[in-house]
Order: sequence, then structure tokens, then C-alpha cells
Amino acid sequence: MSTGSSLTPPPAVSARRGRLALGDRVFAASARGAGLLILLALAGVFVFLLIQGIPGLSVDPKEYGQGFETFWQYVGPLLFGTIFISLLALIVAVPFALAVALFISHYAPRRLATPVAYVIDLLAAVPSVVFGLWGGRALSQALKPVINWLGDYLNWIPLFKGPASPNGQTALTAALVLGVMILPIITAISREVFAQTPRLNEEAAIGLGATRWEVIRLAVLPYAKSGVIAGIMLGLGRALGETMAVTMVYSSSPKYMLNIIGDTSPQTIAANIANNYAEASADKQHVLIAAGLVLFAFTFVVNFIARWAIGRGERKLAR
Amino acid sequence: MAKSIDVQDLDIFYGDFKAVEGVSMTIKAKSVTAFIGPSGCGKSTFLRSLNRMHEVIPGARVEGKVMVDGMSLYDPIVDPVEVRRRIGMVFQRPNPFPTMSIYENVLAGNRLNNKRMPKSEADDVVEKSLRGANLWNEVKDRLGKPGMGLSGGQQQRLCIARAIAVEPEVLLMDEPCSALDPISTAAVEDLIHDLKSSYTIVIVTHNMQQAARVSDDTGFFNLKAAGKPGHLVEFNPTKQMFTNPDSPDTEAYISGRFG
Ligand SMILES: Nc1ncnc2c1ncn2[C@@H]1O[C@H](COP(=O)(O)OP(=O)(O)O)[C@@H](O)[C@H]1O
Ligand SMILES: [Mg+2]
Repeated sequence: MSTGSSLTPPPAVSARRGRLALGDRVFAASARGAGLLILLALAGVFVFLLIQGIPGLSVDPKEYGQGFETFWQYVGPLLFGTIFISLLALIVAVPFALAVALFISHYAPRRLATPVAYVIDLLAAVPSVVFGLWGGRALSQALKPVINWLGDYLNWIPLFKGPASPNGQTALTAALVLGVMILPIITAISREVFAQTPRLNEEAAIGLGATRWEVIRLAVLPYAKSGVIAGIMLGLGRALGETMAVTMVYSSSPKYMLNIIGDTSPQTIAANIANNYAEASADKQHVLIAAGLVLFAFTFVVNFIARWAIGRGERKLAR
Repeated sequence: MAKSIDVQDLDIFYGDFKAVEGVSMTIKAKSVTAFIGPSGCGKSTFLRSLNRMHEVIPGARVEGKVMVDGMSLYDPIVDPVEVRRRIGMVFQRPNPFPTMSIYENVLAGNRLNNKRMPKSEADDVVEKSLRGANLWNEVKDRLGKPGMGLSGGQQQRLCIARAIAVEPEVLLMDEPCSALDPISTAAVEDLIHDLKSSYTIVIVTHNMQQAARVSDDTGFFNLKAAGKPGHLVEFNPTKQMFTNPDSPDTEAYISGRFG
């Protein structure tokens, strides 16, 4: 046996290497291409918003309507409305989503968990117009007694100050619809991270005599925290930009107010654009696009903060 | 309070698959009992049936009797969570809780059930358990640091400290040294020797020298054939097992002729 021959691999091996390397290169190139394309598309949207929106910052004040003098006076209540309604939707969706996700990953027997997960995923496939119709017609009818009751008995809470809207088409209704709409994404991401808890950590807790809830508290939740935050942020992102569900469910106006069961409630940026874009003058269109730019920037900041929070969690784990 | 364990005719299943068959043995209080045998013969499965960890796997169940100091472990009125609080377990790979400090890791078991304890008492438990696990001197200046920052051997001793912090009646260990280097292994073996005075210890090991070094009694498990359930071939004092075993199979395994 010659020892020198080990330096050159047999021809069959090197040919295979060559093919593999080509496959590798093609894959790397297409992955990089896809990544760049997305960045490019995002940059394109941003540039469009910037070019079309900047003129909207300084148009004739009458375009802002409602007696607003400047763009910031005009967009302030809209941004407030957007955040307000989205947070309400999160308050509705997050506890429910986490409970369902835990049920699917840790409580339900397999033959129940799979169909429940499937039904929740299906919710994500319902078009938002359908949610809007359902909210404006069906849910608002069903909520009337609840809204009346809130207006009668809990009107000392600013949120329920009233007077209660007679038709049930309120911001509360919209928040519930939005909550249902963002439920699937938060549930899906949470249950994935819950299910990925290392067996090792769960067994550590079980071995100490932890009940099922204590296992979740000791092993599952700390492990899943950053993933769950990511899921919530994606849900928030969807709620911030959602148009149909809020436009179709309640009548809104750009005002700072907390009452969510009245005839009119704070307008969101998305609803403001949808309501006005069709018959807008050229100047008004610039104003609306500038409002869109504000929404874009805000969503970006939210995601940025979420990334930072997640990264901090991971760095803490890695230490 | 250390307890003895009496097992009678235990069969252990994963769904329809019978993994272990017909095990009977008596594990003495305040002694170290080792299980040896080829891999896949059911040592871990049997060990986990002793604190009802086995049944957390879907479909897993046992038939037969396990008595701990006269109380039947699998009696319907017995709460498995309570059993696991009293019969602690140390696993093959160290598993401190990753988000907790060393201090909080030691107290994790004591904090279950939302039990509150005054700070001074908690400090005492932490110090006593870490001393018990031979780890105190190495970590006493960084109790607030994450448990994951320790070396593998230190993490395993931290897990032992966490297990003994609740003062269990029995301590089960499943190959606790298999992920450790020789120096950490020696530290854990010393520790097992010290713990024997207060705890009943059952240890699974794939290392026969380790069984010979640390244990008073040894059980040898084997498979009759591939796909057949594992069973207990021989259970005897360790000295006898390694010098004059009853079964020719044990003799063959110990002298390295198979497995
Ligand atoms: N979670 C499980 N589900 C099904 N079978 C299992 C599971 N864990 C172990 N077994 C089977 O039980 C038998 C005993 O395994 P184990 O107790 O891990 O053996 P040992 O610890 O002696 O190596 C093996 O045949 C193994 O495949
Ligand atoms: Mg094993």
C-alpha cells in the first residue's frame, strides 16, 4: 500500500464534490438573491412613501381638515388611534393565544391538539373583508347587550364612558375582530416555541415534582419568552396595518379619546387612508401617503425594539 | 429520611411494547445500589419507574408493585407529583434551568408549590445543599451568576444540590457521570460516597469500575434477545457480584466477554 496516494482523492469522489459545490453555489446565490430582492422591495416602498409623502408635510392646512394647522396635529390623533386599537386587540388576543398554544403543546391529547391547531391556522386564511363584514354585521349585533351593560355599570372606567352606541358598531367590536385576526399568528408561533422546549429542561422540572403548570412556568415559559415576544410583535404588526376590520366595523374620527363603546371612536391611520383616498385631491393624496410613511416608520420601530428585546433575552441565555 | 424500596414483579411498558419484565428486588435504605447492563436493556426505564417519571411519556405504564417504606407507589390515591418531590432524580446530562442563577437553581424545588421561605432560611438551604454537593467553595462568590456558566461537572453537582435541597427520601441517578470528564467524575463519585450516610441512592452506570467503586449492591440487567423485554439477571452485594456472581451471564458481562 502506498501512503502517497491519499493526497489525491479518487476521481469519483472529486467529481461528486464538484457537483455538490455547484449545487451549493446555486443555492447560496438564490438565497442571497431572494434576500436582496426583499430588501430592495422594502427600500422601494420606503422611497415611494418618502418621495410622495414629503410634500404632504407642508400643504395648505385646509387639506388636513378638522381645523388642524400642521401635519403633526393631523397625524397625532391617527397615530394614537392606531396604537390604541392595536393594543386593545393585543389585550384581547395575547392571553387567549398563549392559552390555546399551551393547550395544544402541553395539555391536549394528541387527537384533540391537531384539529384545534388546524382550526386556528384556518382563521389566518380568512380574508380581512370577511372579518370586516362579520364584525360590522354579526358581532356588533351580538355585542349590543354587552356594550349597553358596560355603558350602564362600568361607565366610571374611561374606556366605557359611553353613551353606549345603539348599533353595537364600536371600537370595542373592532378590537375584538382584530384580536381574532391576529390570534392565529401569535398562537402558531407560540405553540412552535413551546413545543421546542428541550426535553432536558422539562424533565428537570418534572423530576423535582413540578405540577404541569409549574413545569410550564419553570421550563417552558423562560425558554419560549423571546419566541413568544416575536409572535406578539408580528401580531401587533398585522394589527397596526389592518384596514378592513377597522374601517368596516365602526365610524371613526381623528380624535384623542378613550371611549371605545360610543358612536364614534379614534381613527387609525389605515382607516383614514382607506376612507379618504378615493376622492382625495393631489395634495390630500400626499398627506395620506405621509400618514402611511408615519405608520411605516412606527411599525419599523416596533419591530426594531422587538428584535432588540429578543436579542437581549438570547444573550442572557447564552451567558 | 432515607427509605428502602421494595419492588415486586414489575413489568414496564411503552404502549404495547414491554420494555422490562418481571423485576423484583429490595433496595436498602442508606446504601448505594447500582444497575449495570448493556444499553437498551431497560436500566433507565426501570429507574424512572421508581419515582413515576416513566408515566409522563404518552402511553407509558407499569404493572406490579413498588413499595417505598411500606407505602405502595402506584396506589391510585398516591399523587405522582408528590412522589417525585420525595424521590429526587439526577439525569444523564446536567440540566440546570438556563434562565436561573446558581442560587435560584438550588432553590427551584423548594420554591415549587409557591412555598415562601424567609431569606435567611433560603440562604441556609443554598449553602447546605451546595456544601452537600461539594460545590460551595467553587461557587460561593458567584451565587447570582447563571447556572449555565459553570463547567459540565459543576453543573451536574449543581443539579445534585438542587435535588438534595428538598431533602428527598431517595436519590435516583441515571448515568450521572457519562457526560463528565474523569476529574469531575471523581468529584461526583466522592459525593455519592458522602451522600450515602443520609440518602438512599440508586445509580445507573455503564461503567463497571464505577459500580464496583461506589455501590453496596448491584443489579445486572440484560436482554434475552433483541426485541425482547429487559430483565434482572442478578441482584447481589457488589463484592459478591464482582468476585463470585451467581449467574454465568453476569460473569460473562463483567469479564467483558459481551455487551
Ligand atoms: N420513550 C420511549 N418510547 C418507546 N420506547 C422507549 C422509550 N425509551 C426507551 N424505550 C425502549 O425501552 C428499552 C429500554 O430502554 P432504556 O431504559 O433507555 O435502556 P438503558 O437505559 O438500559 O440503555 C429500549 O428498547 C428502548 O428502545
Ligand atoms: Mg439509559
